[in-house]
Amino acid sequence: MASGLAGQMLAILAALALAPILSGWVAQCRAWLQSRSAPPLWQPWLVLHKLFLREVVLAQGASPLFSAVPFLVFACMVTACAIIPTLSTDLPLSVVADAVALVGVLALARVLLSLAAMDIGTAFGSLGARRDMLVGFLAEPALLMVLFTAALGAHSTALASMVDVLAHRELAILPSLAFAGVAFTMVSVAENGRIPVDNPTTHLELTMIHEALILEYSGPHLALIEWAASLKLFAYSCIGIALFFPWGLAANDSPLALLFALPILVAKLALGGAVLAVAESVSAKMRIFRVPEYLAIAFVLAVIGVLVHILLGS
Amino acid sequence: MDAIPLAALARWPLLEAMLLAALGWICLGLIGGLQRSPGHAARWVYPIGALLAAGVAFLALLALVAPPLAPHTFSFTHGMAGFVMHFRLDALSALFVALLGLSATGVSLFATGYFSTGDAPSGRRICAQYHLFLASMLAVLLADDTVTFLLAWELMSIASFLLVMTDHQKRATRRAGYLYLLIAHAGALAILASLILLQAGTPDPSFGAMRANAPLPERSSIVFLLGLIGFGAKAGLLPLHAWLPEAHPAAPSPASALMSAVMLKTAAYGLLRLTYDLLQVQLWWWGALMLALGLVSALAGVLFAAIQTDMKRLLAWSSIENMGLIFSGLGLAVLFSSHGMQPMAALALTAAFCHALAHALFKSLLFLSTGAVLHATGERNLGRLGGLIRAMPWVAWLTLVGALASAALPPSAGFVAEWLLLQSLLFNPGLPDPFLNLLLPVAAAIVVLASALAGYTMVKFFGITFLGQMRDNPTRPCHEAGHWERAGLIWLASGCLMAGLVPGTLIQLMDPAVHQLAGSSLGSQIGAKGWLLIPVDIEQSSYAPLVLLLGIAAACVLTWLILRRLMRRGLRRSAPWNCGYGFTSARMQDSAEGFGQPIRQIFESMFGIRRSLPSPFDRSPHYRVSVEDRIWRGGYLPIARTVGRLSQTLERLQPVRTSACLLLSFMAMLTIVAWAVL
Repeated sequence: MASGLAGQMLAILAALALAPILSGWVAQCRAWLQSRSAPPLWQPWLVLHKLFLREVVLAQGASPLFSAVPFLVFACMVTACAIIPTLSTDLPLSVVADAVALVGVLALARVLLSLAAMDIGTAFGSLGARRDMLVGFLAEPALLMVLFTAALGAHSTALASMVDVLAHRELAILPSLAFAGVAFTMVSVAENGRIPVDNPTTHLELTMIHEALILEYSGPHLALIEWAASLKLFAYSCIGIALFFPWGLAANDSPLALLFALPILVAKLALGGAVLAVAESVSAKMRIFRVPEYLAIAFVLAVIGVLVHILLGS
Repeated sequence: MDAIPLAALARWPLLEAMLLAALGWICLGLIGGLQRSPGHAARWVYPIGALLAAGVAFLALLALVAPPLAPHTFSFTHGMAGFVMHFRLDALSALFVALLGLSATGVSLFATGYFSTGDAPSGRRICAQYHLFLASMLAVLLADDTVTFLLAWELMSIASFLLVMTDHQKRATRRAGYLYLLIAHAGALAILASLILLQAGTPDPSFGAMRANAPLPERSSIVFLLGLIGFGAKAGLLPLHAWLPEAHPAAPSPASALMSAVMLKTAAYGLLRLTYDLLQVQLWWWGALMLALGLVSALAGVLFAAIQTDMKRLLAWSSIENMGLIFSGLGLAVLFSSHGMQPMAALALTAAFCHALAHALFKSLLFLSTGAVLHATGERNLGRLGGLIRAMPWVAWLTLVGALASAALPPSAGFVAEWLLLQSLLFNPGLPDPFLNLLLPVAAAIVVLASALAGYTMVKFFGITFLGQMRDNPTRPCHEAGHWERAGLIWLASGCLMAGLVPGTLIQLMDPAVHQLAGSSLGSQIGAKGWLLIPVDIEQSSYAPLVLLLGIAAACVLTWLILRRLMRRGLRRSAPWNCGYGFTSARMQDSAEGFGQPIRQIFESMFGIRRSLPSPFDRSPHYRVSVEDRIWRGGYLPIARTVGRLSQTLERLQPVRTSACLLLSFMAMLTIVAWAVL
């Protein structure tokens, strides 16, 4: 139990430390691909440091909900990262919450952030809230169906046992997981506010989704939300790794196994981030009303994945 | 627990005490109805009613805790010749009585504050109808013969109809009431036909006699279908849902809360009583039909909820969604039972019961908070509200608890129900029919989609009402809810939280009812750990909401403590940034229509939308859009027109002279006599 808790703490600390670096890595790759000089890898950490030292400028009329939400969203994302098997599959917290609860925690964070955006009563806040919920209500079911495809194979919705089963199968492309993989990629692009659904570096108010939500935040509040956003990217990357490339996760919590698991995780994240950067660079942002079609395709693909699993038994 | 031996507890006259409470409600209603000043009387009548409700809930919980002995029965001979009224308390009744008691306590506490402010003469009427409504719902749950059941059922329909008609000066209210009465009676007729078919051949109308000689499968199917029509009409399942979004908003808020939280559940109770208790067999297609109807209702309900602009209509549509999900769970249970998969049926039933309880708590909470908002601002239209979290923080934060539960987000009660339903949809050992096996994941997809849309709807409901700025009249006076109102809301919100955080204890309480119906229960897996939920096997799935909440809270507090040390600079208030655009007005926020617009656009084909756009040359341009239910236009109106035409045709047959009239009735009588003799 003690070693389990130590492993759990290590996973949380790794997530907290690596998440901003992952965002920085994606930005760096994008800059290289676009022939710009790239910011350093730890640029997001510098930004967080800068924001934490600033004062909070709170809009007049903001309710306590507005100041509470950055903390709640950050806590939700940390909890989500603690549930996902990032380093090892021997997690004490995996009894507490399964895949459905994980999606629930992510949805809770989204709903809270959307509510906070509506709190001040500006035009952009409610616009962002509406758009974010629009993306969410289709992306969330699609993500759950992706997870169900893996859950049906493992006869379990506990993430640790799902990953255990997936890691110990023979190396072959299963048709159901192929559908689920495509759906998952589409969903994670949409959920993390990436091109073609949203642009994380946008400065054009009318096309914003995530940036419109957090317009009114400043200082440490904004830092927490930015950190939570990078934790979300980290969480989605780790779900993808756990479902589709689970090899190399530690099966127990011995320090040696964890020591090996960490560089493997970093290597996989680096590869995933580079792929994301390439995908973002070669596609263009779509109109907001094309997004539901895009997500509906992801949802249908995920459902087909589940059906294929039942039909073919694999 | 040893202080009171459970065996002795089971011999307590629990049923008699409950019937006394029902009598007490009727007396309270009569006394309250006769008071000269109803506002003053409300201050003591409703709290006593709440006390009785709490007592009933306590008795029902006792009945669930006590070991499953023979059910309590009670009968008394009525004044009418040889007519005996039967009552019976078994685990299934006790579960729904507990649900009734728990939510009625909160609603009655709230009603104390709600009805004591005005001294309008309608208060007297409402008091009598409200308590009659409570008593009749209790009688429905305890009745044990056809006549008593239908009597109580009719009383329930009529009491709620009268409550709907409270505002009868308005034409819309009269229309809503008429529609409700019509569909309620069509449903009651179907139930009557179903029970008569079930009783056929024996003179004994008691349910006990029906249990003893269950009919053949062919006749059972007809009985079931009639029952599904009757109870489905009460539950607001598609396509018999048209009354619900009209009637619920028309009633005073505590009455809408009771109708949505408890009355709709009596339909689920009735159908369970019919399929599991009175009919001994279950056929697979009954379950499939219930599942399909439930899923369609869930999806349609939440889509329509997302585009509503009236707070109570939004909640009414959301009730259709929730009843749809409950009926999906019940249908799944019937499907599993028919294939002899008792443990799976128990899981699906538990999911449906959890959802019923969660819905009873959070929906009454939400309806009551609309009542508080209505009292404070005189407004029910979302498009005119906003920013109420500043003027009424108590109501706002308590509503947030209900809204999160309604959105099925962890760690709320709504999430537990959704989680269990998904578990039972995903992990079954495989039905014999491969086609059905393929349909279950699709059902899971629809359930997930409906709950995600419920999240959208609840962000709209809470965000537009309580957050932002007041849209219509910034200086509108509004005040916080009173003590009694707050007490009612707190009761329901804490019930919501408890049900969400210790689901294991809750499921253990439900276990006797599940065991009575499915013949199997989850008790052994749940074990003694109230905080950890393991439906089948710890390897398969588990969920511990309390630990999850503690984890989130710990992370939250830790972050806050660290940041407080780190943050050297303070906090400054300033005008909203809004991208540097200085001029802001409340009209710039999303309206209720605006927030629902994406849903309207994506699912355009499901709604009947009529738009009128202004031309560029209009002096005062107006944009109008109305969304109506396609079933209303395509299903109800043609039937209404046909009935109208038929009655006109028959009118022509009606002779003008009295003698011809008499002749016709004489002929009719002769025919009946001849038919009876032959």
